[in-house]
Amino acid sequence: MTPSQYSGNVIEKYLWVYFALLLLAVLEVFIAYQHFSTQALLALLLALAFCGATLALRYFMHLAQESRGLFLALIPAVIFVLLMMNMIWPDSFRLLHMRPFAH
Amino acid sequence: MSESEIAESGHGPAMEASPFAIPSRKLATWLFLISDAATFGSMLYGYGYLRTASNDWPTPFKFNPSVVNVLTMTAVLLTSSLTMLGAMDSAKAGDKAKAGRFLWSTILLGVIFAGLHIREWFGLIDEGVRLLQNPWGSPLFGATFFSITGLHLLHVIGGVVAIAVIARGYARGSLTAGHVETVGLYWHFVDLVWMFIVPLVYLLNLSR
Repeated sequence: MTPSQYSGNVIEKYLWVYFALLLLAVLEVFIAYQHFSTQALLALLLALAFCGATLALRYFMHLAQESRGLFLALIPAVIFVLLMMNMIWPDSFRLLHMRPFAH
Repeated sequence: MSESEIAESGHGPAMEASPFAIPSRKLATWLFLISDAATFGSMLYGYGYLRTASNDWPTPFKFNPSVVNVLTMTAVLLTSSLTMLGAMDSAKAGDKAKAGRFLWSTILLGVIFAGLHIREWFGLIDEGVRLLQNPWGSPLFGATFFSITGLHLLHVIGGVVAIAVIARGYARGSLTAGHVETVGLYWHFVDLVWMFIVPLVYLLNLSR
């Protein structure tokens, strides 16, 4: 890509992403003050955070414009690592109820 | 033919082409960011583990000043991402003056974010929150809160310093638009991590 191919108007181009991310932040605060259970609130807030992260990755970090190979090499791996960390929850709930390990 | 044989015979490139058709500097930045995402992920999981396991987790964040402060910080950080986009685009277009203005605007916004963050910390410290104690409940609240937000603040401060070094080097001609792009990637990642810290650390612990 040659320098002349850069518009110089990138802020205008991505202004909608900026406002979408701001809106998501305000929406998160609004939802946090509604009377949801902790689990429902957590699920909703995480869903909104993932939407924001997707927008930031695709448009601010230009991952959408990179090769598909780069995306496939990076993102599934990190998602896999984060999902594997979910193994901790049973022990966390065990501690909450102070149940000893079964003998 | 092995790479060393190619280099010795003088035929063909001695180096393989960069994977994924991006400069190696950019690929290295992406790999760093992925490992950093795992670091923040593990810290947030650790925080979730402790929060779930505690039946007296404090909920100290009031709408004013904490939530208002956090929303302001989010707006400042998002605006800095926008100015960083301007810097990356201007640098690629070869407009050094414009890229410099955008980079210094990003630095200013980063400093404002850090200032607001420190103000938030001092507000909590004034209320008695310390690393291993607080007036309300589980003493681990302070440890997790200061560790996670502290690591993020460290990233912001590190980013501000890196952008300042690159802005100066780019203006002098010793650094290229590629350097601006890689520091831009890092800066957007700092913004991305904040999108998870706000709901998990602040909004799940609102004072009602």
